[in-house]
Order: sequence, then structure tokens, then C-alpha cells
Amino acid sequence: MSADSAAGASSASLLRTPLFERHRALTARLVEFSGWEMPVQYSGILDEHRAVRERAGLFDVCHMGEFRVEGDGALDFLQRLVPNNVARLADNQALYSQILRPDGGTLDDLIIYRLGDGRYMIVVNAGTMQKDWAWFSEHAASADQLTLTNISAETGLIALQGPRALAIIQPLTETPLADIAYYHCQPGAVAGIPCIISRTGYTGEDGFELYCAAEQAGGLWDALLGAGKAEGLLPAGLGARDTLRLEAGYCLYGHELTEEITPLEAGLGWTVKLDKGVDFIGRDALVAEKAQGLRRKLVGVELTERGVPRAEYQITQQGETVGALTSGGMAPTLGKPIGMGYITSGETTPGATVAIEIRGKSIPAVIAPLPFYKRPRS
Amino acid sequence: MATDDQPANLKFAPTHEWVRLDGDIATIGISHFAQEELGDVVFLDLPWDDAGERAVQAGSHFGDVESVKATSELFAPVGGALVSVNEALRDQPELVNRSPYGDGWMLTLRVSDPSELDKLMDADAYAAFTNESH
Repeated sequence: MSADSAAGASSASLLRTPLFERHRALTARLVEFSGWEMPVQYSGILDEHRAVRERAGLFDVCHMGEFRVEGDGALDFLQRLVPNNVARLADNQALYSQILRPDGGTLDDLIIYRLGDGRYMIVVNAGTMQKDWAWFSEHAASADQLTLTNISAETGLIALQGPRALAIIQPLTETPLADIAYYHCQPGAVAGIPCIISRTGYTGEDGFELYCAAEQAGGLWDALLGAGKAEGLLPAGLGARDTLRLEAGYCLYGHELTEEITPLEAGLGWTVKLDKGVDFIGRDALVAEKAQGLRRKLVGVELTERGVPRAEYQITQQGETVGALTSGGMAPTLGKPIGMGYITSGETTPGATVAIEIRGKSIPAVIAPLPFYKRPRS
Repeated sequence: MATDDQPANLKFAPTHEWVRLDGDIATIGISHFAQEELGDVVFLDLPWDDAGERAVQAGSHFGDVESVKATSELFAPVGGALVSVNEALRDQPELVNRSPYGDGWMLTLRVSDPSELDKLMDADAYAAFTNESH
């Protein structure tokens, strides 16, 4: 066997979340992720993936970044920075959007919460937090009536995802969780710990993301793990987080979204409001791309023969390279090999046959619609 | 197939394959240490179609094992004629994790030169070897 399989984190200069010692105590396998020492798995990626789909899983996402944007100028400032329409947010409502370069390329994808009039919280990816903060700060310099605060270091974030998530959290809070609609939140307390309870997630299941003070994240984690024990709640790491979001067809920044890729190419046109009445950074580029036709298109791919598709593998049609995968793997719930990638010059219709080049062999596949997996609705 | 899970009578390669010799038939798989490093095995690429037809050189690349997070090459710890390949691993790759020395066996070879096993590590040497690198 070659020596370069799952390597453990060994650098002492990696960042650690407030939950690090708990991961160690749970004998999690730790790896480097975006400069952080994070759990990739505890009991096993497949085990954790199944727990989330069937019961619930608990994720440490403290490494993500959070900014507060406040003041009378906050809405206008945000409207100029993101393609989605921030003005349509009611209090305690959230939206998914991006920040773009002037050429339309994606700097990061993010979630914007309206916590109140002139009070917003932005949640960004861990690996791009510094870049995003510099971008926000640079553009805030010329903005009026605006206070920008980087609250990443003082904010903890724990995600509890799965069909039993609500049942597990409800006994710990007086907030009626069933009244929080998807992509909405409520300030409240869980296990006595004040937090923003958000009905959001990255797994394709129902679930909640809880924002609390960083120094209280440990207590919150312990309380949730204890409360979920009888329901079969498992701690889940970054490995399962990736297999879950891939089945759900969600983009991962650095893979389906990069500075070279526009949200239109990534199939995120539904988050882009060209006619919201405010010129946002990148708008001209997106208008032009829409008029001229997309340079590339995100597709789902399913192998029809055995193999494991992975990022960077070439997509071919009739022996010609037409694109490349940006993510891939064996889907644990679907039981088949799937991938996401970009086609730059070929057929993108679901059902069209393609091949994926795996170690010099062309493995037959088909274009598949996204998402691959949709949770059963009661 | 034997389901001996005790590695005491096995020899190990530094690339984490093990060999058990019964007469002139060598059974080959990957170690407990290897499957643990890999995590959940989801796919194996083995020479299923070549059983009975091929010579395998010691040290040659005979297949690939894929886990959720990693792809790893497999190297023959000894050489010989390929006798059989574990069909169960086509649909149950997880056998490699569950029973790396038993049901997760990968190949059997009729060894051409049994003295090749002398170059490999015994269980104690392999245990020390894996402790050193971690």
C-alpha cells in the first residue's frame, strides 16, 4: 500500500476550536483543514453519515468565520457586496449568497442573517475568513453609518443535523423549534446557554446550527451530546460533512466555487438578483455572461460502472475531454459513485452519457440532475 | 478460506501488505494498521479477471484500494502465479476493514520463491515498524 493515505495532523501551529480536547477525548482522527486541526471522523465516516441521515449527527463548525455588520448604512453596504437581495430579509431571516470579484468570480459563499433593523451577521468559510474580512473592511472604508466587527474568535458554532435533531434539542430550550422555518432563526437559549438558533445546515437533512459565545461552546456540545444519546446522536466529522453535502448537491468553496467560477456557472442563479435595483460588485460581468452564454456549467455525474470518481478527474464525451470533476466519491446513502464537476464544451443534459477517466481507464457515467439526494418529506 | 485473525504467523511488507504461506500458496491482504489508516474502504480494484492466468512479480502494483478519503496502491509482497482473487470484495469492500486478516484477504499466489518471505517483517518487527512511524 502506498504511504500517502490519510495523514494525521502533526503541526503545532494549527488553530484549534474550543471543542478540540473533546475531539481528542473521543479519539477522533484529526487532520489539517484550512489551517485548523479538525476531526475528520470519530467512529467512521460511513457510520457518521448514516447517523445523520437516519437519526442525527453533531458537528463542530466553530472554525467558520462570523462578522457583524451594523448601522443605518448596513443594508446598502451589503446590497452592493452580494448578488442576492438582502432587502427582502425580515428580522430573523437568512439568505445564502456570495461575494464576487468585479469579473464575477466567487471570493466566497456565505450566509447573511438579518438579526434586526440595521443588524446583520455574516457567516463565512473558515479558509477564506481572512480574505473575506479584508474585502469587507476595504469596502467599508468608503461606506457611511456602518460598524463592522469580526466576531469569529468569540463565536462558537455547533450543527446538529438529522431527522431527530428537533426532538433532541427541544427539551433543552423553551423556544418552540417547530416555529422556526427553514433559513430563519431565533435568539434563545439551549441548555441555559444563550445562542442564535438557526434552522440551516449543510447536510440535506433537517437540523439546526447554534451560534453561541466561544467559551460556552464546550458546555453546549456536552449538553447536546448527552441529550441526544438516547436518540443515537453521534459526533460527526468533516469526512461525513463532505459525503453528506455531496449527496445533497451543495457547492463547497474551493471545489465547485472558486475565484475563477461565477455563481451562474455553479447553478446558483437562483441566488443572483440582477434586477434587485442595486449595482453589486460583479453585476456587469454576470449580465455579460448571461448574454454571451455560460463558459462552463456545473453538472452532477453518476458512474454506471464501478469506480470512485474524485476531484480533478477528467470528464470525456466520445473520447474528448469536455470538463473535469470538482468533487466525487461513493455516495453512502445512494449506494452509487457520484461526482460534481464542470463541463466546458459538451452535452450537459441529464441522461447524457459521459465517461470519467480513472487511472487511465474510461469509466462510463451519465449526467445526473442535482441534488442526488432529497430528504423524505413527512 | 481461513479466517485466522491472529497475525502471529504472518509476514509483513513495509507497504503494509501481509502474507500467510500454506505450503506453496501465499494469501495476501493488507494489515489492520493499513485499514485503520485508510478509514472506510469503499472500493477495490483487483485483478479479478486474471486469476489463473498471470504471473505477479514481487513488489509489483497489483491493484488499488479506495477509502472515502484516499486511494492507495497495493504491492505484492512476494511473487508467483495468481491463483485466486477474493470475489467478495467486489460488493463488500468493508470486509477489508472488518476482517483484514480473514474475510478481507485479497489474493492467493502459488509462490515461485518461498525464500522471498525471509525479506519480510514478522509480526513483532511490523508492530515496531508501525509504532515508529506514528
